[in-house]
Amino acid sequence: MSRKLLLEHAEIPGITTYEVYRRQGGYRAVEKALKEMTPESVLDEVKISGLRGRGGAGFPTGMKWSFLAKPEGIPRYLLCNADESEPGTFKDRLLMERLPHLLIEGMIASAYALGCRTAYIYIRGEYKWIVKTLERAIAEAYANGWLGERILGTDFSFDLHVTPGAGAYICGEETALIESLEGKRGNPRLKPPFPAVSGLWNSPTLVNNVESLCAVVPIVNEGGEAFSAIGIGRSTGTKLISACGNINKPGVYEIELGLPVEEFIYSDEYCGGIKNGKQLKAVVPGGSSVPILPAHLILKTAAGEDRLMSYESLAEGGFVSGSMLGSGGFIVYDEDQCIVRNTWNFSRFYHHESCGQCSPCREGTGWLEKVLHRLEHGHGRMHDIDLLVDISKKIEGNTICPLGDAAAWPVASAVRHFRDEFEWHVREPQLSQQRNFGLAREAVAV
Amino acid sequence: MEAVSTKEKNQASFSPETMAEIQRLLPRFPEGRQKSALLRILHLVQEENDGWLSTAVMDRVAEILNIQPIEVYEVATFYTMYNLKPVGKYLLEVCHTGPCAIEGAERLLEYLKQKLAIGIGETTTDGLFTLKTVECMGACGYAPMMQVGEFYHEHLTEAKIDRFLEDCRAGKVALGTWKLG
Ligand SMILES: Cc1cc2nc3c(=O)[nH]c(=O)nc-3n(C[C@H](O)[C@H](O)[C@H](O)COP(=O)(O)O)c2cc1C
Ligand code: FES
Repeated sequence: MSRKLLLEHAEIPGITTYEVYRRQGGYRAVEKALKEMTPESVLDEVKISGLRGRGGAGFPTGMKWSFLAKPEGIPRYLLCNADESEPGTFKDRLLMERLPHLLIEGMIASAYALGCRTAYIYIRGEYKWIVKTLERAIAEAYANGWLGERILGTDFSFDLHVTPGAGAYICGEETALIESLEGKRGNPRLKPPFPAVSGLWNSPTLVNNVESLCAVVPIVNEGGEAFSAIGIGRSTGTKLISACGNINKPGVYEIELGLPVEEFIYSDEYCGGIKNGKQLKAVVPGGSSVPILPAHLILKTAAGEDRLMSYESLAEGGFVSGSMLGSGGFIVYDEDQCIVRNTWNFSRFYHHESCGQCSPCREGTGWLEKVLHRLEHGHGRMHDIDLLVDISKKIEGNTICPLGDAAAWPVASAVRHFRDEFEWHVREPQLSQQRNFGLAREAVAV
Repeated sequence: MEAVSTKEKNQASFSPETMAEIQRLLPRFPEGRQKSALLRILHLVQEENDGWLSTAVMDRVAEILNIQPIEVYEVATFYTMYNLKPVGKYLLEVCHTGPCAIEGAERLLEYLKQKLAIGIGETTTDGLFTLKTVECMGACGYAPMMQVGEFYHEHLTEAKIDRFLEDCRAGKVALGTWKLG
């Protein structure tokens, strides 16, 4: 059984209420931080823990915190990124639905470390019911003295609010999130200045993912050292993985980083193997934006080592034969799934979600969608396949925010690993309409 | 967006409950930053205005927040949750992104189209249903899914859809509310 740091109490009836949460030891981290620790020592523990951002990029949280500018007389803001819109990702939803007080507790401890007086949880608007769950919990936290003026009789005062988005994947990007929180369109900002220097209302601002902020609770309670003892190498602690696709047990699993991918997919403790006794064809391990890997490369690295659920291992081989842990959105494909169709679907998503500021992304995602559409629908030409690679390259790195990269990588990797399947769609337009290619490398010749 | 006649303009007015809810939201932001409440206010007034945002409604919001109408329009046109045309009483928002597609979302969409005899973005003649596709809703493990009002309907099947539509017709389906209450 994997050790659980965040979801330990998730199943307890009534855990969404203050009383039950408190009875389970809730808000101890706030007591400890405010009464026994200085803001600097909280920051130190987070650094020691090795915690890395759980929103997708995996940037060390402690280091990010130390970049927050602290000019005199200007407020600083802490923002919780609860936009969760990356296809395949549904873990923050569980945390907030089941453990709203854990997030609040983590945010109080974090705000104390950072010297923030006010924080906002920016949550995707579709999670309407969770807005209410969180606001009920926040009201309870105020009523019990964990939020508001002079918390626990200390000099630390802190206000926390929830504010919803309204349907836009791009608002998960932190500067788009800030724009949206200012009541505007979610157009990402040109950086620098980075939000740590000038973010919300031109104030120094820190944006962290829901899960990152929740992880601060066990780090404060048990110390950074204890957190860093879990996991493997620079992938410390536990990570929530939301698993979906053709598996027997889709759902959210808290794993110790370093778990072998094979065990995650096939063990009954996790995904429980491929549905209907089918074979594994491919996996997108970290949300739709990360490269897709065929079965042999997701289970083992190109060097033949076991692939592990960790930042380093999943990235082993770079973009030639590796992928990324990303947001932990783990999408599994069986032998019946069509890679061309899936790639077209994702490119439609990115085209739909491009904010339109940068031409390479606005136009490029549209072209990708169009070319993939014709390949999938039997009108493709052989040179379309290289055209896809060419367009991806021209988007990648040429945009204000990484949505362009996120749109390019899935296409480039699908062509790299499943070129034969794309070619088959061109060669056999009729057949490819009727049935899928099966396991690319093992398909019978048509 | 259609031009608004002066007569229509600013005619929208909101219920006391909605106005109270708006007043509750404004102090969450520092003085002079009340525009930050815009997205939430638009959700509230859309709910009150039968699920869509008319120009008159948006103009009234601009007035309340003391901002230019264009600042409201540019937000309303950016985010997919705002409807700029009237919609049916039950807005069926079906996810068709990758993970839901694997689990048959496209088939279900076809089924809904046939059953309701409408296309995507259209409303049934009785004004009850509008069909809309949406992108990943954070329910990929419980696919296929749709959102109706506040609630997610997951692990959808044709049989579940049949039952759901009947329940809607019988007025047995709650839509929830943005108001905290
Ligand atoms: C297009 C795009 C969408 C993103 N969506 C999310 C999201 O939904 N949730 C999230 O936490 N981070 C998202 N991110 C990453 C954020 O920009 C940011 O890195 C993250 O919130 C930082 O928090 P962390 O360091 O705790 O991970 C997204 C980034 C991009 C470029
Ligand atoms: S793909 Fe439909 S909810 Fe994620």
